[in-house]
Amino acid sequence: MSGTPWTEHLILAPVLLPLLAGAALILVNEARHGLKFSINLGCNLLLLAAALALFWRADQELWPGTMGVYLAANWMAPFGIALVADRLAALMLVLTAVLSLAVLIFSWQGWSRIGVHFHSLFLFLLMGINGAFLTHDLFNLFVFFEVMLAASYGLVLHGYNVTRIRASLQYIAINLVASLLFLIGIALIYASTGTLNMADLGPRVAALAPADLPLLQTGALILALAFLTKGAMWPLGFWLPTTYAAASPPVAAMLVLMTKVGIYAIIRIWPLAFGAGPLAGFALEGLFWGGLATLLFGSVGMLASQEAGRMAGYGAIISSGTLMAIVGANQPALLTVGFYYLLGSTLATAAFLLLAGLIERIRTPGSALLALTMEAFAIEEKPEEPVGVGIPAALAFLGLAFAGCALVITGLPPLSGFVAKFSLFHTLLDSSAEVTRETWLFMGLILASGLTGVIALMRFGVRTFWASGNLQAPSLQHSEALPISFLLSLCIAMTLFASPLLAFLERTSEDLARPGTYVEQVLSSPVRPGPAGGPP
Amino acid sequence: MEAVIAIAIGVLFGSGVWLILRPRTFQIITGLMLMSYAVNLFIFMMGRVWIDKAPLTLKPGIPSLGEYADPLSQALVLTAIVIGFATTALYLVIMIGARGLTGTDHVDGKEPEA
Repeated sequence: MSGTPWTEHLILAPVLLPLLAGAALILVNEARHGLKFSINLGCNLLLLAAALALFWRADQELWPGTMGVYLAANWMAPFGIALVADRLAALMLVLTAVLSLAVLIFSWQGWSRIGVHFHSLFLFLLMGINGAFLTHDLFNLFVFFEVMLAASYGLVLHGYNVTRIRASLQYIAINLVASLLFLIGIALIYASTGTLNMADLGPRVAALAPADLPLLQTGALILALAFLTKGAMWPLGFWLPTTYAAASPPVAAMLVLMTKVGIYAIIRIWPLAFGAGPLAGFALEGLFWGGLATLLFGSVGMLASQEAGRMAGYGAIISSGTLMAIVGANQPALLTVGFYYLLGSTLATAAFLLLAGLIERIRTPGSALLALTMEAFAIEEKPEEPVGVGIPAALAFLGLAFAGCALVITGLPPLSGFVAKFSLFHTLLDSSAEVTRETWLFMGLILASGLTGVIALMRFGVRTFWASGNLQAPSLQHSEALPISFLLSLCIAMTLFASPLLAFLERTSEDLARPGTYVEQVLSSPVRPGPAGGPP
Repeated sequence: MEAVIAIAIGVLFGSGVWLILRPRTFQIITGLMLMSYAVNLFIFMMGRVWIDKAPLTLKPGIPSLGEYADPLSQALVLTAIVIGFATTALYLVIMIGARGLTGTDHVDGKEPEA
């Protein structure tokens, strides 16, 4: 590959780096924990640097046409596999890198040592997620999904106990079936259009004979079913709360990102395949209603859950439902807000799941069940004598971090959740079209989900932090407090710099609204000449 | 020909679906394997049902690509087989682990109350 600047190969770095580091880490003895951790940390820092570089290049339009195209093995676009780094992909890469860095530091204290090969599996998970964000080929997307899922199966089991095994039996079975659906969808799309390259899909779909359309529609719907199982749309998302609650906190925090990969795939594929032509906006209305049902399911589940892990799981379902409804509403302006919401809710839910692991330390077992029973039967708790103990710093930190997470998840002012909700309502009401009944329903459900979130989290917080009795100050390490503060301070930064961020996200959704650019860029991406200057 | 293959795939997939809805882990893994066989056949057949067509070869003077079998669906099915095999093997390991830890092969980890 002579004559190719190194910046072109940068697109491959987010996939290649974790693969190499993860494979190398298998060879390192488990006992050398410090070495393993430092290699993983170094790799994560490099990933963050690569993601930021890609982000910068994509946003500064240093590549022709706002996106970098990498032709793997130098094959021309519809025939080989193309990796594409545009604004959206780069943004998701940065989010992944930031989140994985925080989770990795959190796991330093104990979680990464309670089982074998945590670091390798973690890096393979990153490879799968990054690959899924970058690839522009449907079958390659399937392969990266499988890499991501295989690593996540190992990670969910990490720290082997009965609860985790039971949860992962269901988690794996469901995901294996979803993968089979994925394959059926791909096969049908290939049979009807003859291509699996996403950019090539659009023109071919538009030129399809009406007789072939049902086959393509069936394929696309089955494919969407596979994505939405990962994204936990009602009624496909029953696996999620159980899995989140059972997995160890760092793993659960990474799983939050995985639910977003399914929705990302829809955001990526749908405008390219069904952006224009006879099938424009195909099935998006179904996605909208599915999103509303998911919102409702998440809100009710939130109210019913007793432990922090399950609450965070339902929080993730609510955020998935909101995103699905936003994507289903099919307006570029709404998508801008959707991206902002995605960033904030992912960071906050992940922080909350990390926090849940710490909160478990101060909660006495059974108190959660007691709290719900007491409310259900209106049993007054006898106030005990106040104990004159000052709040230890660790407890204060937990309380404050909990409040921060709750503010973002429920969308109360002043953090990023509120900005997201406010701009969402603003966009919904501001659009030139008449405000329909569906829009009102959507807004009502979002408000209701916020309310149930507030009720559930308040109940949990009051019972946990203000509980009378002997509340033991937990032992808290810096490496555990730091990642949570980091994630929450990112949410604060998102609030402070909302205007430039939203401007960037607007450019992102404008890119997506112009699928023609993708088609042109990817398909016309030049093949590099061979080393001798001859034909490639 | 098409009808025979379609029925075969349908029967395989249908039996698989029935089996994964059963409560024992062994039934589930058998069901998953049947379903993945069905899906592999399905991908293969999406390259169209052809008999007596040569694989695509790089010789000068290829009259028309229609004379050759579709190589892409064969490549896809190979990858799908490998990945499906690996994940099923992984599931088997967890199944054995669950059997050892819970003492039952029920998917809920406990026997239903009679």
